[in-house]
Amino acid sequence: MSDLNQNTLTQITNLIKTKKISSLEVTKFFIKNIEKAKKLNSFITTCFEKSLKDAKNFDSKKNYNGLLPGIPLAVKDLFCTKNIKTTAGSKILENFTPSYESSVTNNLWSEGAIILGKLNCDEFAMGSSNETSYFGNTINPIGKNLVPGGSSGGSASALAANLTPATIGTDTGGSIRQPASFTGTVGLKPTYGLCSRWGIVAFASSLDQAGPMTKNVEDCALLLEAMSGYDPKDSTSINKKKEKYSKNLNENVKGLKIGIPKEYRIDNMPKEIDNIWNKGIDILKKSGATIVDISLPHTNYALPTYYIVAPAEASSNLARYDGVKYGYRSKKGKNLIEMYENTRGEGFGREVKRRVLIGTYVLSSGYYDAYYLKAQKVRKLIKNDFDESFKKVDAILTPSTPSSAFKFGEKTNDPISMYLNDIFTVPVNLAGIPAISIPGGLDSKGYPMGLQLIGKALDEQTILNIALTMEKAINFKNSINRWWEN
Amino acid sequence: MSIDKNQVKKVAKLSRISLDDKNLESLSNDLASILKFVEQLNKLDTNNVKPLNSIVDKSLEARKDKVNDGKIKEEILKNSPDKNKDFFIVPKVVE
Repeated sequence: MSDLNQNTLTQITNLIKTKKISSLEVTKFFIKNIEKAKKLNSFITTCFEKSLKDAKNFDSKKNYNGLLPGIPLAVKDLFCTKNIKTTAGSKILENFTPSYESSVTNNLWSEGAIILGKLNCDEFAMGSSNETSYFGNTINPIGKNLVPGGSSGGSASALAANLTPATIGTDTGGSIRQPASFTGTVGLKPTYGLCSRWGIVAFASSLDQAGPMTKNVEDCALLLEAMSGYDPKDSTSINKKKEKYSKNLNENVKGLKIGIPKEYRIDNMPKEIDNIWNKGIDILKKSGATIVDISLPHTNYALPTYYIVAPAEASSNLARYDGVKYGYRSKKGKNLIEMYENTRGEGFGREVKRRVLIGTYVLSSGYYDAYYLKAQKVRKLIKNDFDESFKKVDAILTPSTPSSAFKFGEKTNDPISMYLNDIFTVPVNLAGIPAISIPGGLDSKGYPMGLQLIGKALDEQTILNIALTMEKAINFKNSINRWWEN
Repeated sequence: MSIDKNQVKKVAKLSRISLDDKNLESLSNDLASILKFVEQLNKLDTNNVKPLNSIVDKSLEARKDKVNDGKIKEEILKNSPDKNKDFFIVPKVVE
């Protein structure tokens, strides 16, 4: 059997299609990797019995028509999976088993994929380090004391450690791109509305988007194609024909105009991040693209806007966790109101409480105009910035994060310092446009640093093509020695 | 505008989240620093800006008003922490 640790999703797909390997063999290989990786704590739930049964079933049916024929995949534990526990990283959903399947995961299984299990994440996707999960820290395979990023930290960790050939995450303010950047992997946040939100545990509904996390750009195109598509069950889903991202993937970037926003050259950014950014610019120039200096003047206001809009939406979305219909219920409390208060007081972690309280405050009578309405107005200005820029350029190149992976506990005492990690990713969510993070290189400590390509709404193809071109030139190699297997 | 402990207490009540004194104290500090951070927005003049209410350039689609699901009572009740036949059980509401 070939060494599947070296193979990409696309390669494994071809191996299965050409019958060089069976789905059962591939599934057993990844189960073995997962069993040897307990130290990383990247899984909350595994369902190997089902995985093996599904793989055998696939092999006996021999239907190779799907985009993901017999491919075992683990997914972020924010996607509801029928009859498989879905926790969203929270105590309040510790014992929740959905009786329905999210549209996006359903798309994956319809294309032939098989579930391996559910991946750790920050509680309700609120965090940038995976440290807010009720189920403990997830470790970055790059180093024992490093966070994998968040909120899709379990997804990034499992992918970098090859516990799954690819995975999916969700991105509300950078939750796919930042962990991809921290683990030397590829992550894409699609245009708002491209992937259905139905059946995903809701955090901030006007910002949440599911997206692929993969080892390379080719895999990213394939997985995006498999998971995206119109869904009448999501009222914000975009009704358009499915794109053939894989087939249309090419390296021709000649004549494309790439914007470099001056506001992203922030103070105190490590020199090494600046260097990989400049290296990326050089690569694009050499490939025949034109570099254009642009301005996104309201960039500095994106984070403060986000920390009003996202908590406001979260406080509404999380009102459903009341201990009545599903989830954890406190045993304390003399009456209904006290039962609610104790359930939520005991069931939510600290970061979730912070955000629900902030959200309730900014929406409350007397403060709504000063905070929430103000933020919606600034959000409009931020979107206008991008609209103006995209009259001049085809895509925008920036770093993905202002630093490489940090250590556990480094930012937990100061919420603002944690929030600042999303400074380059948040504006994209506010504007509803797509962006991809690809590995740009390693810093002197050997930690990966990501580059972000931002595209026009529904123009995922262009950023995928540019990303493919850059990936070839950068030729990134992660330095991971599978230390957790000892 | 800053937030004090009494206001946090009120917001916690509105949010239906119980907080002990220790958590009230430290969360009040967190909230004050987060609000200070977001108040940077006040530097911007937004008098003539229309708020962005929806990121999607279309009105939300309405589906036909017809039942396309149902008869899943058992599934709905399955995850309830306390139930009795067809009902969710909650602490007594009326004295």
